[in-house]
Order: sequence, then structure tokens, then C-alpha cells
Amino acid sequence: MNSSTRKKGIGILKGMLFLLTAAILGGCKKMVVLEPSGPVGEQQAFLIKVAFLLMLIVVLPVFVMVIWFSIRYRASNKKATYKPKWTHSNAIEAVVWGVPVAIIIALGYLTWDSTHKLNPYKPLESENKPLKIDVISTDSDWLFVYPEYNVAVANQLVFPVNTPLNFRLTSGSVMTSFFIPALGSQMYVMAGMQTRLHLMASEVGVFRGHNMEYSGNGYAGMHFKAISTTDAGFENWLKGVKEATDTLTVARFKKINAMFHQNHPVTSFSSVEPNLFNTIMMEYMQWMHTPEHGEMEMKHGTGPEGHKHIHGHGTMH
Amino acid sequence: MLGKLSWSDIPLHDPIIMGALGSSTIGAIALLGLVTYKKWWGYLWNEWFTTVDHKKIGIMYIILAGVMMLRGFADAVMMRAQQAIAAGGNEGYLTSHHFDQVFGAHGTIMIIFVAMPFIIGLMNIIVPLQIGARDVAFPVMNSVSFYLTVAGAGLMMISLGVGEFANTGWTGLAPLFEKEFNPGVGVDYWAWAFQLSGMGTLLGGINFVVTILKMRAPGMSLMKMPLFTWTSLTSSVLIIFSFPVITGALTLLTLDRYLGMHFFTNDMGGNMMMWNNLFWMWGHPEVYIVILPAFGIFSEVVATFSSKRLFAYKSLVWATAVIMILSFTVWLHHFFTMGNTVNVNVFFGITTMLIAIPTGVKVYDWLFTMYRGRIRFTSPMYWTLGFLTAFVIGGMTGVLMAIPGADYVVHNSVFLVAHYHNMLIPGALFGYFAGFSYWFPKMFGFKLDEKWGKRAFWGWMIGFLVAFMPLYAVGFMGMPRRAAHYDDLSWQPYMITAAIGTAIVGLGIACQVIQIVVSIRKRESLVDATGDAWDGRTLEWATASPPAEYNFAVVPVVGDLDAFWEMKENGTAYKHYPVYADIQMPKNQPYGVIIGGLALAFGFAMIWYIWWLAIASLIGIIATIIISGSNDNDGYLIPASEVKRVEDLRFDRMKQAAKEEENEKSSKEEVYEYSDKNN
Repeated sequence: MNSSTRKKGIGILKGMLFLLTAAILGGCKKMVVLEPSGPVGEQQAFLIKVAFLLMLIVVLPVFVMVIWFSIRYRASNKKATYKPKWTHSNAIEAVVWGVPVAIIIALGYLTWDSTHKLNPYKPLESENKPLKIDVISTDSDWLFVYPEYNVAVANQLVFPVNTPLNFRLTSGSVMTSFFIPALGSQMYVMAGMQTRLHLMASEVGVFRGHNMEYSGNGYAGMHFKAISTTDAGFENWLKGVKEATDTLTVARFKKINAMFHQNHPVTSFSSVEPNLFNTIMMEYMQWMHTPEHGEMEMKHGTGPEGHKHIHGHGTMH
Repeated sequence: MLGKLSWSDIPLHDPIIMGALGSSTIGAIALLGLVTYKKWWGYLWNEWFTTVDHKKIGIMYIILAGVMMLRGFADAVMMRAQQAIAAGGNEGYLTSHHFDQVFGAHGTIMIIFVAMPFIIGLMNIIVPLQIGARDVAFPVMNSVSFYLTVAGAGLMMISLGVGEFANTGWTGLAPLFEKEFNPGVGVDYWAWAFQLSGMGTLLGGINFVVTILKMRAPGMSLMKMPLFTWTSLTSSVLIIFSFPVITGALTLLTLDRYLGMHFFTNDMGGNMMMWNNLFWMWGHPEVYIVILPAFGIFSEVVATFSSKRLFAYKSLVWATAVIMILSFTVWLHHFFTMGNTVNVNVFFGITTMLIAIPTGVKVYDWLFTMYRGRIRFTSPMYWTLGFLTAFVIGGMTGVLMAIPGADYVVHNSVFLVAHYHNMLIPGALFGYFAGFSYWFPKMFGFKLDEKWGKRAFWGWMIGFLVAFMPLYAVGFMGMPRRAAHYDDLSWQPYMITAAIGTAIVGLGIACQVIQIVVSIRKRESLVDATGDAWDGRTLEWATASPPAEYNFAVVPVVGDLDAFWEMKENGTAYKHYPVYADIQMPKNQPYGVIIGGLALAFGFAMIWYIWWLAIASLIGIIATIIISGSNDNDGYLIPASEVKRVEDLRFDRMKQAAKEEENEKSSKEEVYEYSDKNN
């Protein structure tokens, strides 16, 4: 390699480094996970930052020692001490076991504490009355049912700001994972089972929501707008939905569910068949109606005590 | 006659697949043609295909891993290219259904058909040499293990051109992989390729545990075993305990798909989370199966090239053992988000973090091995130093994701993709590359070219960082993994950067290929006649390079952890005995290759519902096992005179090489003297 091509190569490398730094710095604002818009996400962002700093205690010395030892103890440096048979030091061993143990104890406490605080099944504290939302996923679409208002909407989620959102989630098809990065925690969505999630937005805005669990050809398009709006805005939006001509019945849902791999357009439903969520969930429990199992009794895991993973099988036996 | 198979299953309409298929078919035909033209078939069959020599089987394992790595890397390039362009209005050049097969194939190939054969290959070549043994405990079974892996790899390659591959990732996605959602053959290809190679691996694990526990040279107590042997032992124990789980889980899936049962279905009492549990009960130990032996390699490399004893050997052994046990207690961290109770998540979060303690200890023990050493910066050492710096970043993100509360927001995002590549590329792959260049002279008698080796390292290291650091950032932006397309344009610059990184890794791979070609051409000047290419410390360096088929003419007696180093210190190394004894060695057997061929036929027949062939090949496999089991005449004797001839030759070569070196040195000194005078 002659010097001019080498220079050119270094130039390209420099350019790339610049682009990379620019991209990372410029993108900072978009790192929604680290700068979220809700109390759950805020706690999680804080947790990530604290854990990161704690771990630097172990990690930074590694970088320093790799460079320092490599330079100092290179074979050509005959001035450096050479102790080919030195293999043991109680002091060093105490430190290399002790420091990680201490950090993991700290992180372990943090884990205990934060996992309890961030339990997705735990309702959020707020002066405002929570909004109940039933999430039903297909392999490529999201349906959001508002049982208190008897309306539903496909592939768009609208909710008032500063209001706790109490989600129940089930799937009419394959497994998916419901996630609004700006608000925090994601939760798996499974057929024949019900999971729960509690989120809240502290800012008005339009956020992205995704399915995070690969679900087939409709997966990449399986995202939705999560719109956090004012109370008045929410009321207004409800009025609009109420005027929609479409209604969500079990039959209508089955039609959407059968549209395998296709992303349904955003659609409002002015009314919802009663008990739709449970009907869809219990669809997969039909086999239990057979005589040998006897007629089953359905228990709805409602309310804040619902810590348990309430799913069909567990509650029914 | 051919079950479900018909002409329409050949994707003639897809130019990308046909291009890949065409070029690999042409390559294969050219290779077969060359072998036929050169009349190599007899040699290959007698010396390689039917061999039961652990060194040759190991080399074949590594060749398999190398070939499959090229295929897996091609998949990686396709994914990175797709995600670099498929943003906003651009749908990319791959259909969603093609993209999902690519990510599934990439993962399956890289774990099952690159990492596993690569490390089992190195274990095969080195472990018997390190413990002073003449072969593994069950040489024929070793050959069967290898060919079952080849059969699985064969199914992977066939899936490229006949039918399709699974769209359910390398982990399998319940219930998406059930017949209801996935009626095609893709999932069956995945399941059978996985199943066959998994059985081979299980047999291999048994083989290595028995070899290491029963066949060590006299004097080598457990706490005098080299670290690579220790990590191979723990890895084999993990194989024995974890692989039956995946064998069972895949069997349940097969029952679901073939006989309409309901283990992982939505209805009839099936439970998709049971699949996740079973898969990761195998899958997490599997991570340590591939990574622990790499830790062993780093231990050997760092001690050898620091010309110093390993620091805190006992700590390293205990840390390895602790990791082995803990690896079975963490599987649930792969699905913190399924709605477990809080304390279940806390338990698995903390057990996961605990693994960071012994791992951190290991990192520091390697660093303190360098401390007060005399470090030679060879390419194996480059890989080791690259590993140390990059791996701790992955460790950090790993501990981060062990905290359930943090995992809830990065799980299933590209952050996770960055994390596990950050563990497996520097942690496992760099280790294998270090081991490959470290032990290459042991395998073939000459060193690899260092210049191209170091270039390859820089390609991989820089490429890795450029390809995966941006994914951490996009992960924090909430980008989901496995997306064939996305519409948030702010992610695109990162994905383009990642694609550039992949191209740089490609340069590294190119350097590796060039390195091998250059080294073969320059082998005369790279030759190592002593058998001890690097001033080594452990027993594998005490014998010739490449070792005679019996490895050690006289079984060594071990008195120290660094057995060969001690011999060199005491002046007992390189003993040329006047008389040798006869040596009993196992005979070559065709059973492995026959069972592998039948297993490939069986797998293919099951995938395409060709029942007659499935039954016939299964009967064939059972018959072969019975025949091989009733074969009593499986060994032969190498007479003492032959041993003496081989050993005499070795020592003659060694003397000659020493003389040449002496001459070279004195001629160099003359030059120095001459220049001194001129000054």
C-alpha cells in the first residue's frame, strides 16, 4: 500500500467515524427508551443509567489494563519485570472476586426493588381515574377495545394524558408482544390467555407502538400510532368514533383475523359486541367443554390483585 | 413416490435463490470434477471419510464450520443490505417471506453449523493431545457424531433449493411454527436439521466426558488439566444435560406437526410458553457450550504468549464450574415479558447477574496473566485482546438485560440482537479464530501467515464494532428485531452504518481466506519441525506437528499443570528413545459415513412425507448400528519398528531444522558484525 492510498483510506475512515458520531449524537433525541414520556418508562430509563454506571466500575479498568499491560509487558520491553512463575496473589484474588460480588449485590438489590416497582401487573397511582383498554392482536393487526365506552379501533390507540391505562391483552392468533417504547414495558400477547399491563403518558404526543415478537409476514407492518391527547381531545375523538358505521362483532373480528399477513387500515368501530375479549380468549378453551371436563366456570382476573398470570388453563382447573 | 415433493417446490422464479443455488451447484460440481479428475476419491475415502482418527475428524469438523460460515455470512449480508434500504417507501429487495427465512437460516447455521462444529472440531484435535491420549474414548461414535452434523448441514443446504426454510427464527416461535400457521416444509427442515445434528452433538458430549475423565496421562489429576481441557469437559457435561431437552422439545413439535397433537398449539390445552421454556432450558446452556471452550482457548493463548504461568488457575477452574452450574438456572430471562409473577423474574434476574461474577473474575485473571509477562503479539494474541475489550461491553449490556425492569424496554429489539452478537462474536468466534491460528501448526506442521492473520483480525474487530454498536443505539429507539421493513427514517443511518460494518467483516473474512492460501503456498518457510511452534506449555506441544496417528510414541507422565513447560525446564522434553513398544490403534470404519448418509435420507424423507424412504433409511440406520456393534475386529497394531521409524524421522528433521536455524543465526550475526565494522 503506498502512502497516498493509505492517506485516502484514513480519510474514508475519518469520514465514517464522523458520520457515526453525528448519527449517534443527532439521534439522541430519538432514543425514546432513554427519554420516555411516561412514569414507567422514566423509571426504566433511570434504572438503565444507574446499572450502566455501576458496571463501568468493572469494565473501565479492563480497558485501561488491556492497553497498559500490552504496552508495558510487550516482549521487546526488557526493562519490565518478568515473573514467569508468579501465579497467585491473595490480595488480587480478593479484589477480582470481591468487587464484582459487591456490584452484583448492589445490582441485585436494585433488581429486587425495581422489579417490584415496575411490575407491569401493578396499577399505577394517579389522581385520575384509570382507562380500561382491551388489546386483542391478530397475526398482523391490533384491536383496541374501550369497554367503558363500548367502542373499538384497529391499529390506532388514543388515550388521555396523565391517565393510567389498564390493559388486558389476548391474541386471536399467534403470539405477539405489545410495546410502546415511549411509555415503557412491553408485554407478550397470547391466545387463550390474558396478560396485563399498566402504562401512563405524562406528555401529549404521538408515539410509536410495535409488535416485538415475530408473527409472520404481517409483522413488519404491525405498528400503530399511540396518541396521547388532552381529556377534551379524547372526548372529541370518542365522539368521532361513535359516528363510525363499522361495528366490532365476533364475526367481524374473525374476518380481520382471517386476513392472514395483511395489515388492516386504521378503522373505528362505533360499538363492540359485549364480552368480545373473553369470547375470543375462550375460543381456545372450547375443548374443555367436553363432558369429561365438565362445564367450566369462568373467572375474570380483574382488579389490582391480578398479579398472577391469569390464563385460561390456570384458572379453570 | 416422492411424497409432497414436486417441481413447483424448486424456487425457479426467484432470481436471488437461483443465483445462490446456481453458483454453489457450479462450485460443488467443479470440486467433484477436480476430485474425480485427480483420482482423489480412494484417498479421500480411505484416509478421511472413513477415518476414526480424532485429528482428522476434527479437521473435517472445522472445514464444515468454515463452509457453513460463508453461507451464514451471506445470509447476514442479505439481512443487513435489506435493512439498510428497506425504509419508508422502499420495500427493499427481499420479500418479507424471504427475509424471514434468511434470519432463521442465519441463526440456525451460525449456532448449530458454525459455532458447534468449529469448537467440537478444535476439541477433537486438541483435547486428546492435551491429556496425553492416543484417541477419544469411542472413535467410531466420534465419526458418527460428525456425520450426523453433516447430515443436518446437508438438510440446511438442500432447503435453499428444494422447498423453503423456516420463517420462525432459529429459536422456533410457538405457535407460529405449528401446522395451522405454517403448513409448508420450512419448519420441518429446521426441526430435522436441528434434531439430527443435536443427536450427533449429544454423542460427542458423551465421548468427550468419558475421554477426559478416563484417558488422561498418568499424573494428570483433575487440577493439573489444562484450562482448554477443563472448559471442554464442562461444555461436554452441559451438552449431556441440555441436549436431551431440545431433542425432546423438537420431538413434541414433530408430534404436533405430523400427528396433530397439541403440545404448543393455541387450543386443546397446548401452551406456547412451554416451548419457550423447553427451548431455553437447552438454549441458555448452549450459549455456554459454545463460549466456555473459547474461554479455555483464551486461557491457553494468554499464558503461552505472555510466557508465563496462568494466573489463578484454581480460580479459573472454579469460575468455569460455577458458570456451568449457573447456566442451568437462568433460562427464564429470555422471556421476562410473558407476565410472570414478580418474584419469578427477580429470581431469574439475579441468577443471571451471578454469572457475571465468575465471568468478570476470568477476565481479570487473564489480564493478570499478562501482568509481568513477556507478551508476544501474535495473531492469536490479537484475537484475545480484541475479545477482552469487546466482550466486556457485551457483558455490560447482558447484565443490563438481566434486570427485568430494564429488559421490558429492550427485549426483542435490535438492542438484544446487538447484545448476543456482542457475546458470540468476540466471546466465542474470536476464541475459535485464536485457537485455529494457535493450533494450526499442530494440525498441519506449519504456521499461518501472521500478516494476513492480523489483517483479518482488524477486519473482524472494526467491522464488528461498526456493525453492532449502532444496533444498540437503534435498540434504544425502540426498533424491533426481525423487521423486513420499517417506516421510521431516523433508524436508517444506523442500519446503513451496520451494513458498512458487515462489509468490513467481509474484508476480514476475505483476509482469512487469503491467509490460508498464502500460508499453504509459503508452507516451506512457515514450517515448524519441533512440534512446539510457540514455545508452548501444555502436552499437545510435546509431540510432533502434525502428530503421528498414535499421537505419543510413549505416553507422557505429567508432573505439573504446564506439563510440557516443566519437561523443557527439567530437560526431559524431546526424549528420543532407543526402543519403542507396539501400539494398538482403532481401524477406520465406514459406519459413520453410512449412518450420516442414511440420516440425511431419513430427514429429507420425513420433511417431504416420502414414507417408504423414511422407513427404509431408518431400518438401514438400525441395521448399521447392529453391524458396527457386532464388529469385534476393530483395531490394528502398529509394530514397534514402525513407531521407531516414524520417531527417528521426526528427530532427524528436528536436528536438521535446528542446524539450519543455527546457520541462519550465524549468517545474520556476520551481517551485524560487518555493519558494526562499517560504523
